[in-house]
Amino acid sequence: MDKFTQLQGLVAPMDRANVDTDMIIPKQFLKSIKRSGFGPNLFDELRYLDEGQPDQDCSGRPLNPDFVLNQARYQGASVLLARQNFGCGSSREHAPWALLDFGFRCVIAPSYADIFYNNCFKNGILPIVLDEAIVDSLFKETEAAEGYQLTVDLEAKVIRTPAGREIAFDVDDFRRHCLLNGLDDIGLTLENAEQIKSYEANRKAQSPWLFS
Amino acid sequence: MAGKTLYDKLWDAHLVQERDDGTALIYIDRQLLHEVTSPQAFEGLKLANRKPWRLDANLATPDHNVPTTLEERKAGNDGIEDPVSKIQVVTLDENCDHFGITEFKINDIRQGIVHVVGPEQGATLPGMTVVCGDSHTATHGAFGALAHGIGTSEVEHVLATQCLIQRKMKNMLVKVNGKLGKGITGKDIVLAVIGKIGTAGGNGYAIEFGGEAIQALSMEGRMTICNMAIEAGARVGLVAVDQNTIDYVKGRPFAPKGDQWAMAVAQWQDLHSDADAVFDAVVELEAADIEPQVTWGNSPEMVVSVNAQVPSPADQTDENQKKAYTRALEYMGLNAGQAIKDIKLDRVFIGSCTNSRIEDLREAAAVARGKTVAANVKQALVVPGSGLVKQQAEAEGLDKIFIAAGFEWREPGCSMCLAMNADKLGAGEHCASTSNRNFEGRQGFGGRTHLVSPGMAAAAAIAGHFVDVRDVLNADAAH
Repeated sequence: MDKFTQLQGLVAPMDRANVDTDMIIPKQFLKSIKRSGFGPNLFDELRYLDEGQPDQDCSGRPLNPDFVLNQARYQGASVLLARQNFGCGSSREHAPWALLDFGFRCVIAPSYADIFYNNCFKNGILPIVLDEAIVDSLFKETEAAEGYQLTVDLEAKVIRTPAGREIAFDVDDFRRHCLLNGLDDIGLTLENAEQIKSYEANRKAQSPWLFS
Repeated sequence: MAGKTLYDKLWDAHLVQERDDGTALIYIDRQLLHEVTSPQAFEGLKLANRKPWRLDANLATPDHNVPTTLEERKAGNDGIEDPVSKIQVVTLDENCDHFGITEFKINDIRQGIVHVVGPEQGATLPGMTVVCGDSHTATHGAFGALAHGIGTSEVEHVLATQCLIQRKMKNMLVKVNGKLGKGITGKDIVLAVIGKIGTAGGNGYAIEFGGEAIQALSMEGRMTICNMAIEAGARVGLVAVDQNTIDYVKGRPFAPKGDQWAMAVAQWQDLHSDADAVFDAVVELEAADIEPQVTWGNSPEMVVSVNAQVPSPADQTDENQKKAYTRALEYMGLNAGQAIKDIKLDRVFIGSCTNSRIEDLREAAAVARGKTVAANVKQALVVPGSGLVKQQAEAEGLDKIFIAAGFEWREPGCSMCLAMNADKLGAGEHCASTSNRNFEGRQGFGGRTHLVSPGMAAAAAIAGHFVDVRDVLNADAAH
């Protein structure tokens, strides 16, 4: 996993509540057995006018000119601004994989669905929760100024706007530590192997039917 | 000190390590695996040269991609026409064979939708922690098990460590008081709950469903309700263990036997919330108020009674909600104020991890018996949740009732719930579906999904538009 320390990037606004993971990456693309290559199909049904197929070359497909990520001013965005309950529905980790592959390293929203929120951290994406009013102000600023960028400083847990405003955000210490250092959860958990084994031995003694 | 909720008890019993920042390592008793969310997890294990921590905790079966026509299924994996789907199913087989994980392969009679197979095999037991790379894992909470969906990285984490890094959720009690009316099912209850609290209402919570109406439900009905807890935003749905639970589990292949059975039943007696337990939120519904539910929009919270009208964006006070309603009406091709009963249907789907168990099929067959699918319905599919459900249904003659009425009787799999196989909606087609998500494009590009109970789906197939299933049942009873 790539480290996430500081990010300065172009912001793209996704002005829609309850964006579900079916929308982020439609089901036909879940047939891949890889973790990469989902970027061209991010928001496929909103982004293109035709129905996308797995393994298709997307460069010649008709783009939906109304979709925000197709607008020239948002090309190269790495921060996605979103509305409440972002990432609801299916647990598919293909959703953060697609966001990452497209180039997003950070999402900012008033709230997220729990599974999606977890999945982001496992893939080096920082999902930031901010008050609805602040998110609203960021939407306004993003739409008003072409080339609007934010600086996200995970070390300091703060976002800096072009005008110099600082917005503090909160994140679990453990998750922050993992992101800052690009750490693999599994390796960390296995450092507790003895504790897991001892729990397991007790459980087996108490409820042996769980181990057959 | 206040008593504990069922969720508190399950959490405490699985705690391996608590950390200062509020996260914890919890032990996982059972992991269910399917072909869509496991390949990258197995690949990760191989790349890191790791082995599964405990083989016997895992159980796998392909479900999302498998074709459901007999013709295709006869040839096993070779019969999967879509080459990309085939690679995924074959990859699951290879990974399970490589690591030695028990798998019910494509034509094993025990194959089916993971959330049907787990309980059916007794692989889901009260008091367990159950995870799967699928958000509908909440289903297993019907057994008083702590069950939730996880992402692929977590699938790999559980394979490698038998643990999951979690933060404790808050407790919500959804209490359904009184008795349900005739023809009203668990599906209507859960849709009514989602309509009440919204798709984000359960975010951060484990929801326990209780009250007289829940206690009176069969295990199938409880599974339907817990299954859709995630559509209210809650990763976990729970129902306390009672005699219904114990009777259902007894004698199943993976269930404890002999002395261990008695030991297990004794332990399971404690799997309920204490009388003085404190919930962070309580929601109450009166069962008698619940009518057959139909979703009209693209979020499960966009739901009304079959006897109601499509709501108007103008009545919404919240700006985001107004926008969502407008967009949903446009996508669904509906007008505000239109009667739900006037929505004409192009296809009907009876199946999915929400409603493909034997009781669901009985409920649909009771409505379809001796009738014919309406001419405007191009296709009405019945897809049993597992090979064993199919076998049982056939032993009861349900297949013959469906086929005689003009339904297609299929092989088990996820099918049109998410259209990863060939079963899908065409653009603009309306479908009465017993599945769990009415998101845009979920059942096929441009498809329009209406979520309903199995009885309501069968009644809609016969009428060609939505009808109140209670009217159908009453008319049948009068004959």
